[in-house]
Amino acid sequence: MLKIHVDMEKCQHYGQCVFEAPAVFRLNGEDKLEYEATADDSERDNIQLAIEVCPMQAIKFAE
Amino acid sequence: MTDPVIIVGGSLGGLRTAESLRRSGYSGPIRVFGEEPHAPYNRPPLSKEVLAERVDHAAVAFPQGDTTADVEWILGTRVDHIDLGRNIVRDNRGEEHSYSGVVVATGLRSRHMDLPAMPTSGVHSVRSLDDAMALRAVLTPGTRIVIYGAGFIGCEVAATAKKLGVDVIVVGKGPVPLLRPLGVQLASDIQARHEAHGVKFFMNSKITRVIGGDRVESVLLDNGVEIWCNAFVEAIGSEPNVELLHGNDVDIEHGIRVDDNLRITRADGTPWPNAFAVGDVARFPIPRFSDRVRRVEHWNIPTEMSRKVGKVLSASLAGSAELEDEITKAFDPIPTFWSDQFELSLLAYGLIDEADRVELLEGRENDDCVYGYFCGDDLVGVCGVGMRSAVMAYRSRVGRKPASAS
Ligand SMILES: Cc1cc2nc3c(=O)[nH]c(=O)nc-3n(C[C@H](O)[C@H](O)[C@H](O)COP(=O)(O)OP(=O)(O)OC[C@H]3O[C@@H](n4cnc5c(N)ncnc54)[C@H](O)[C@@H]3O)c2cc1C
Ligand code: SF4
Repeated sequence: MLKIHVDMEKCQHYGQCVFEAPAVFRLNGEDKLEYEATADDSERDNIQLAIEVCPMQAIKFAE
Repeated sequence: MTDPVIIVGGSLGGLRTAESLRRSGYSGPIRVFGEEPHAPYNRPPLSKEVLAERVDHAAVAFPQGDTTADVEWILGTRVDHIDLGRNIVRDNRGEEHSYSGVVVATGLRSRHMDLPAMPTSGVHSVRSLDDAMALRAVLTPGTRIVIYGAGFIGCEVAATAKKLGVDVIVVGKGPVPLLRPLGVQLASDIQARHEAHGVKFFMNSKITRVIGGDRVESVLLDNGVEIWCNAFVEAIGSEPNVELLHGNDVDIEHGIRVDDNLRITRADGTPWPNAFAVGDVARFPIPRFSDRVRRVEHWNIPTEMSRKVGKVLSASLAGSAELEDEITKAFDPIPTFWSDQFELSLLAYGLIDEADRVELLEGRENDDCVYGYFCGDDLVGVCGVGMRSAVMAYRSRVGRKPASAS
């Protein structure tokens, strides 16, 4: 299992992560980011791509 | 020992290229030359948080993972020349380094006015962390700054400085700020919002002199108006760092011309072997729009280019069969940008400046809304003010239909 952490102080809800890992990240009805705090190992590459494209560099794998 | 892959430019494009090479299976040596003394850091906060909050390099540095732990970073060192025929780069100490592959990620530098006498202090621009640190030292309540240039960087610096209690005056050449990138409706809305916060604009104006000796005292406009100020910010655009390729058979006018695999091309259009350019400095075609080559100065571009270059270069160096397959897939990104100014939060996709017509697609003018930018019948760009999910839904639709692509 992978653990994911988004720093919601930094996140500006740009939604770039959503296109890379839609199974993990989405914008809710208020256009705010929502995400799964855990994900299957098969999502590792997608999450890594989401980490790279986040303009605020707000996403990381949590220990 | 095998020659390393050399990456020139230690910023977003340089770092992402190193990461992508590793992810694509290349395990040989990688050496990055960066002119700035700092490890790669994120530039968009330079016009926002770095000015507004007293953050330092650590707050904007890109996190680096284990995959790139063995990359050799040679910072504070400029590459003066690349010899594409001999596979050698020469650094500013005159030392030569052979490479197996080279990736140019040298980005842009701020453009400066061509005026004879400029004051020796108080003149600023915002491209690097050092620039931003120098500027924020003068952004104290009660001071007055004049910003020349009403593009994204000028407008963002204006908004940030205003929030800090600085008296802000923007001088721009066009009738409204951000006209070329956004179109007149949205641009006028943005100007009005800035004005509501107290930013003053002198549009349709050129600065003909910056007056002062040791310090900036005032600027003179072409209509004769003189505006006193404590500091002056040049935000009149940028120029690509291409000089290191002089003397090669290349096309480096307004950026380094690359093909649809991001390989640096000769004047006849054929690619140099194992030589690439990524990021702001590259001039490339985007097939979903047209075969026109252009630079795109958006943050998502270096990352997307690096993914492609990592695959092509590592397959090429390994002599693997995947290379043939990879080069048939043309690089075809969706340009993406965002901008935050006061309460205004923009998110855009596509190539808005290729449009000849703007239409309100959703929402209301001067409020949260989505504008569509059209060239003929084709939606070439969208820009949302707020309304994130709505804009995102248009992302995959921007581009030109093959019939009109010429
Ligand atoms: C203030 C500011 C705000 C921005 N805001 C946004 C935004 O909100 N949204 C958005 O989409 N984009 C924004 N951008 C644009 C975005 O930051 C760039 O697209 C991105 O930084 C490009 O990355 P790059 O690696 O191609 O080039 P750069 O980041 O310019 O890096 C090039 C590096 O190469 C080095 N270099 C140059 N020549 C040499 C040489 N000969 N030898 C060695 N090293 C060399 C330079 O010192 C520099 O460190 C902003 C840019 C700035 C400056
Ligand atoms: S890409 Fe980053 S800033 Fe944008 S929504 Fe995802 S986490 Fe937030």
